[in-house]
Amino acid sequence: MQNPNNNGTLAELRGMRFARGKRVIFDGVDLDIRRGQITAIMGPSGTGKTTLLRLLGGQLKPQAGTIRVDGQDVPRLRTKPLYELRKRMGMLFQSGALLTDLSVFENVAFPLREHTDLPESMLRDLVLMKLEAVGLRGARQLMPSELSGGMARRVALARAIALDPMMIMYDEPFTGQDPISMGVLLKLIRHLNDSLGLTSVVVSHDVAETAAISDYIYLLSEGRVVAHGTPAELRESRSQWAQQFLHGDPDGPVPFHYPAPDYLEDLLAGGEAR
Amino acid sequence: MINLLAELGRRALDFFERLGRGHLLLLSILWRQAGLVPRFWLVIQQIYSVGVLSLLIIVVSGLFVGMVLGLQGYNILVDFGAEESLGTVVSLTLVRELGPVVTALLFAGRAGSALTAEIGLMKATEQLSGMEMMAVDPISRVLAPRFLAGVLSMPLLASIFSAVGVLGGYMVGVVLLGVDEGAYWSQMQASVEIYEDIANGFIKSVVFGVVATWIAVFEGYDAIPTSEGVSRATTRTVVHTSLAVLGLDFILTALMFGD
Repeated sequence: MQNPNNNGTLAELRGMRFARGKRVIFDGVDLDIRRGQITAIMGPSGTGKTTLLRLLGGQLKPQAGTIRVDGQDVPRLRTKPLYELRKRMGMLFQSGALLTDLSVFENVAFPLREHTDLPESMLRDLVLMKLEAVGLRGARQLMPSELSGGMARRVALARAIALDPMMIMYDEPFTGQDPISMGVLLKLIRHLNDSLGLTSVVVSHDVAETAAISDYIYLLSEGRVVAHGTPAELRESRSQWAQQFLHGDPDGPVPFHYPAPDYLEDLLAGGEAR
Repeated sequence: MINLLAELGRRALDFFERLGRGHLLLLSILWRQAGLVPRFWLVIQQIYSVGVLSLLIIVVSGLFVGMVLGLQGYNILVDFGAEESLGTVVSLTLVRELGPVVTALLFAGRAGSALTAEIGLMKATEQLSGMEMMAVDPISRVLAPRFLAGVLSMPLLASIFSAVGVLGGYMVGVVLLGVDEGAYWSQMQASVEIYEDIANGFIKSVVFGVVATWIAVFEGYDAIPTSEGVSRATTRTVVHTSLAVLGLDFILTALMFGD
């Protein structure tokens, strides 16, 4: 693990514990997001990957442990500094989360209008530049309801980079995409990360695609980091867990069966028990 | 028996917890009203969708309610030879009671449910979370302007309702049934007091405006972010607003006219 004062780390989690009611979602997670890299966080559905992004963005607070982003202790920040920090963090939601009553142009202009006082002509140029970067300058007049899922995510991406953030968090960017928009998104994530000098966090369970663009991967299961390393290291890893997840085996450390009483006993119980 | 008590206790706790959340939300909305001054266009947009778009239903209902009042009032008054007082009956009933109350009930059905559904869907589609992550506070950007627009629209809608109702009463009483026109207007002028009647009716509609919009905005913001959750929240808005308006109307009437 890296030294917390190391400039190479933009965000770090130490011993982070988070529970919803009695359900423990994270129990002692240690994780580093390195500057300039694409860090992937993978794991089966329901491991709280999206929750992790919300914790990083300060929308949820952990019960224990620390979350630092750019040297700031996120859960302890008051509203104002937290909002200042969020201006430098973009987040791409799974659904895109575009404002449905605004056009594509206005959606991308939204954070600029809210946080800056730019003259209209400069604002227009900025929005068009961001839309050009995701290839949708021509779609500026469309409403969100007229966009395909992939296009909506690209608009959301343009909006996420509108304020030139230091970091972007992607929540399941590839879910439900056809191969072409998947390819477009992969290219955009890698390209934007390198050309804008961003740091990216990609939460996903699309193994092959995510592994292809990421520099470092964390595998989560049952509230813990079960394996981490570069994609090449993980492929070589002896961790049974990593092997099951990367190859998509139906049974292994993550069992095929949901925990249940003994099969034979269950069958012989007859109609008395449900 | 114990289960029944436990269930009762759980429901009471849930109720008070929601009541508390609702009041905290109201406080934070009120706290953020000052921030609306430099961006009043947000409020104007909402006055359009909350107020202007409710105008048609308010005008049509006001007209029919006034016409019914004219007809019923005439039938009763004529037995006593007092049909000249029709103007008084119609205008006082509308200004004191039916204007604010029926407007608030219609408002809950037309604008309140729309507000809840809109905010609930924004929550379900992560638009509110998205705003938070863009460092934009959804309470100041989404809830506060809608709340103010509702509070401003309600008294205006209620006055339009009453005015149209008076015209409806005139159409039936004077034009159809032959009450003397001069008597209709002069009796009205003589008996409707500016403070006692108009101001009290106005206060009622402001109170209903606060309550109806508060409930609508809170239910949307507090909705479970699924399609089922939003539809339930919308129903709750209409039911809770109607009950709150009718209950409060009794309390306000007792305070204002109960001497």
